[in-house]
Amino acid sequence: MKTTMNRRGFLKASALATGGMMLEFSLPLSAIGEELGTLVGSGELNAYVKIASDGTITIYSANPEMGQGIKTALPMIIAEEMGARWEDVVVLQSPVDDSKYGRQGAGGSTTIPRSFDLMRQVGASAREMLIGAAAESMEVPRGELEAKDSKVTSTSGHSLTFGQLASLAVKQPIPDPDTLKFKDPEDYTIIGTSVSGVDNLVIATGMSRFGIDTSVPDMLYAVYHKCPAIGGKAVSFNEAEIKKLPGIVDAFIIDGNGDVNQLLSGVAIVGRDTWSVFAAKDALKVKWDESAASKDDWDEIVRTGERLQDKGGGNVIYRAGDVDLALRRHTDRTIEADYSYPFVAHLCMEPMNTTAHYKKGSASTGDEIEAWVPTQAAYRIPSVMNDVFGVSEKNVTIHQTRLGGGFGRRGSAEFVCEAVAISKRAGKPVKLTWTRPDDMQHDFYRVAGFQHVKGSLDKQGRLVAWDQHFIGMTRNGEGPSGSRFSPSEFPLLNLPNTRGTMSTFDIGTPCGPWRAPGSNTHAFVVQSFIHELATLAGRDHLEFLLEIMGERRWLEPGNIRALNTGRAIDVIKLVAEKAGWGRDMPEGSGLGLAFHFSHAAHVAEVAEVSVDTQKRLRVHKLWAVADVGPIINLSGATSQVQGSIIDGLSTMAGQKITMSGGRIEQHNLDDYNVMRIAQAPDVEVHFIQSDNRPTGIGEPGLPPLAPAVGNAIFAATGVRVRTMPLTDLGYRLV
Amino acid sequence: MANYTIKVNGADHAVDADPAMPLLWVLRDRLGLVGTKYGCGIAQCGACTVHVNGHAVRSCVLPISGVSGEVTTIEGLAPGNQLHPLQQAWIDEDVPQCGYCQSGQIMSAAALLAATREPSDADIDSAMAGNFCRCGTYIRIRAAIKRAARSRDVSGLVESSGEEQA
Repeated sequence: MKTTMNRRGFLKASALATGGMMLEFSLPLSAIGEELGTLVGSGELNAYVKIASDGTITIYSANPEMGQGIKTALPMIIAEEMGARWEDVVVLQSPVDDSKYGRQGAGGSTTIPRSFDLMRQVGASAREMLIGAAAESMEVPRGELEAKDSKVTSTSGHSLTFGQLASLAVKQPIPDPDTLKFKDPEDYTIIGTSVSGVDNLVIATGMSRFGIDTSVPDMLYAVYHKCPAIGGKAVSFNEAEIKKLPGIVDAFIIDGNGDVNQLLSGVAIVGRDTWSVFAAKDALKVKWDESAASKDDWDEIVRTGERLQDKGGGNVIYRAGDVDLALRRHTDRTIEADYSYPFVAHLCMEPMNTTAHYKKGSASTGDEIEAWVPTQAAYRIPSVMNDVFGVSEKNVTIHQTRLGGGFGRRGSAEFVCEAVAISKRAGKPVKLTWTRPDDMQHDFYRVAGFQHVKGSLDKQGRLVAWDQHFIGMTRNGEGPSGSRFSPSEFPLLNLPNTRGTMSTFDIGTPCGPWRAPGSNTHAFVVQSFIHELATLAGRDHLEFLLEIMGERRWLEPGNIRALNTGRAIDVIKLVAEKAGWGRDMPEGSGLGLAFHFSHAAHVAEVAEVSVDTQKRLRVHKLWAVADVGPIINLSGATSQVQGSIIDGLSTMAGQKITMSGGRIEQHNLDDYNVMRIAQAPDVEVHFIQSDNRPTGIGEPGLPPLAPAVGNAIFAATGVRVRTMPLTDLGYRLV
Repeated sequence: MANYTIKVNGADHAVDADPAMPLLWVLRDRLGLVGTKYGCGIAQCGACTVHVNGHAVRSCVLPISGVSGEVTTIEGLAPGNQLHPLQQAWIDEDVPQCGYCQSGQIMSAAALLAATREPSDADIDSAMAGNFCRCGTYIRIRAAIKRAARSRDVSGLVESSGEEQA
């Protein structure tokens, strides 16, 4: 059976063996990438691994790289199982090819958990083929051979390098995945070490290529100007004037299909360089039909949210015990509070862009689309192209580039649709680049929200009732991922009397996933309010939080991606120890603690802050402890937690998107607050490498930041933080 | 449109451009030097930082007509196969995440190190204040600048393939 399987067959078998968990992808646009002369004479062991006769091991990484480090981490797993030396490995981004790599995407901190077993299989399979080649060549039994340090060595000490074995190895039968044995983690030499990102050299020398750096022959440049009131339609514009401007080739209205996820109406300007079209955009005078546009007004949204906070009620999403009775019984020890948080932008450093070429085909072949896209979800694009342009999915070729930041922003395809529509009209390949204001004003924002929470203590100061009303928002009746309230949200499952309720109201502003969707705001409310209750009880926050966790157990037995109170307790205790929890703090200084469970990760953080009389806030240091199972790349994982904490603090401190008459009121970095190096705290990161399966760390480091800082501000000042950003409360991060 | 001759990374280039065209777009769209990035267009993010006569400038707001002197971009920070000590330090400290802002970060840091051999934290805060990193790599940027300051030899360059020189 196994000898009849070709390489493609191996991959399909792998996919089945892992329950269809294959993911991954990207594009070798980078000139550096494919310039590997050493591949001459190489042996391709499977879709992910090639070994050249000089010993260079090329490993393809299939998933998009947006800064989360997956292009380094996945090949580390393969190299580990192969018995390769990391120094011999060259990593290339694979092409987009779902027949070889399955669904190539990134999001939800899922790539590591989905891919870990497949990457181990890929590596182990290559290793077995190399050992098979060595057995044949040395004429010794396989059992006497070991693959290590990029060579296969026999018990007698004779060895052949992977390079020497490559050409023979490709002729070996593809191992049955079910027969593969994985290395004992005790023997790991790559997994768990600190490895510098595989693209760091090209990044540091300016040679890496992002989507915005794409250049194809005969390419024109474009901008697309959409209605500032989101969803408005372009009626007319000063066409003659725009077309006369220097460097401009054409300008025209695209009607679009009214779908914010696909193609909204706007004015396209096509020219000979980016600057010409940017300058022409500034000279545009457009008449808009705003009848179907967003009418959102931030002040009105706040009034609606606050009215619902006061009104209470909502749909019950979870209930345990009798929360009303418990609240009544402990009225003297019951508190309630309103929390809120604003819309925020993704602000990827690389603005949205796509280079697209719409090619007219014959009646028999049909039209074709080729596009170079910095996307988190290349696999979704062909069907969108079919929807919008009627082009057959098989005639759509997507090249995935490196992404200058993602954070959940780059899963949509509207910027691809825009570039394709412009190319179709221009009859040439076109690079569409959004200006920074386009990017900030036409985002899928982190949704704002409002919550009302109540809690009661018994006579011993134990938390016995928790009642949480979540007020989220929908657009056309659909809620974005950040506007959900899960029945498993901590601490609904931990306490005897709990209730979660949810209300929503419709808005016109598009929202979407933003790093740790939902969690990045839920954690703020829940972990701040628990501290309020601990304070009411006159008890130490650490001890109070541990008591809520209770016995060590899985809260949803059978679901290994659910909260485990034991793991929670461990990260909370360790972070307290590392931060010196309980130590005396000077006047105006404080420590704040928070825990949050998301993306199958247990993370606890402690913030140390000081606040002066002018409300200047200094966040001195953060301690973070995470349990995401075994760590693949220690440097990369640490970097993700450091970055999450800085991202969370930057967002909490000063970021807020507002709108008036459907128009986003912020434009650029001169009216949207971001953290600079001087304000960045020291961050100390620790991992508890439990024996759980490895899970992702791109997002879960962020949610505990806001409540940890808010609780530290309370410890320092006695003033509670119940809204973000802190600038709205008069604080200034220094 | 007008004709300009600008010297970039040691080579002269003749450019026919609108006098108002920022140096950033001349570099990217006319000369193909795309290591210098567009981030905001208003000199607030620093992704477009290059050197003019050794000084860090934001190329997105510097019109071609205003360029007087020699331009150095990230591609020309170190000659040939050599790395600037900062580039080596960026690799050693594993600084980049998405990497998009890092050309500008390195160019700002290079101007700092050229002027200040052993920069203090306050020097770093001040010199790097104009460079935004959305991924939040500031901690490692600071560490890498300090590492590079410690590692510099007389020439200020290290071989790209080898370890740091003593």
